Amino acid sequence: MGKKTPEINSSSTADIAFLLLCYFLMTTTMDQDMGLQRRLPPMPDPNQKVEDQKVNRRNIIIVKINSADRLLAGTEPMHVSELKDKIKEFLTNPVDDPNLPEKEEIQIEGYGPCMVSKGVISLQNDRGTSYQAYIAVQNELVKAVNELRDEWAMANFGKTYINCDEDQQGIVRKAVPQNISEAEPKDVSKK
Amino acid sequence: MSRFKKTEKRSVPQPPSGSLSDIVFMLLFFFMVTTTMRETENKVMVKLPEASEVAKLERKDLTSYINIGTPIRSLQAQYGNDSRIQLNDSFKTVDEIRDFIAAERDAMSEADRSFMTVAIKADETTRMGIVSDVKQELRKCSALKIMYTARRPAEE
Repeated sequence: MGKKTPEINSSSTADIAFLLLCYFLMTTTMDQDMGLQRRLPPMPDPNQKVEDQKVNRRNIIIVKINSADRLLAGTEPMHVSELKDKIKEFLTNPVDDPNLPEKEEIQIEGYGPCMVSKGVISLQNDRGTSYQAYIAVQNELVKAVNELRDEWAMANFGKTYINCDEDQQGIVRKAVPQNISEAEPKDVSKK
Repeated sequence: MSRFKKTEKRSVPQPPSGSLSDIVFMLLFFFMVTTTMRETENKVMVKLPEASEVAKLERKDLTSYINIGTPIRSLQAQYGNDSRIQLNDSFKTVDEIRDFIAAERDAMSEADRSFMTVAIKADETTRMGIVSDVKQELRKCSALKIMYTARRPAEE
């Protein structure tokens, strides 16, 4: 008698904890929000003159989506799948075509002089364009820029953009800028 | 000597289950810490569009959400099935976005305000007209960092 002190039966604590665990497993939302990040242009200053916003014609490519989700890049209609190569050609201008954007030598801190394209992609859409088509086009534009960044990083640092450290990523971002301008909404459908 | 023999005779030794509850508790705490309860109830049906180049949203606490889509079925009798904007818990018009952004901005600390992001969660069938209106309104209240929420396409 008195040899053993009676212990509390602890075999069920696991069950209790399991119940709680199941509850939290059910209610938890681990979904990370993913998306395409953009910076909207600030509202134009009414006092600012319009002239200095003029961009050289060859430096701009206008991508239009109409209300039937058809795509027009530059002057030719195309399918979304062709857009990426078109944009890449536009931004790199490999043969120095006078109709494609000019390049400008700028000094990048920590790297030195670098030829940077002055190309701007202007995205215009109709009020009737579906959001899905719009995002698909945005996605292709981002993909084109991302692939160019990867190629540039590969050529200069020997690794892809994602694997570069933060300073290098900053350099790559400056060398291959993502100039996508979302134009003021226009009614393209009305003639 | 005889005591040792006795233990050897036992057929299968039970694995110690004393630490089982500790392991489960650790899992439990992990989920308790990572869990975020849904704060608002979705009143619009949103099926996000697909995009392969998505990036992760960095600071969830600095993000305001704007949902755009058709009202859920139980509310369609009341609100129709046109695309609507939902802020927090109720349907709002485009003009009310301004107050919403101001309120969200006030709730943040001074240092964080410049990092504020507005995530636009729009249904893939939404027309761009309403999205453009929202974008113009956001520009007016200079909430310029936006994100088009999308989902990664399922890999095959």
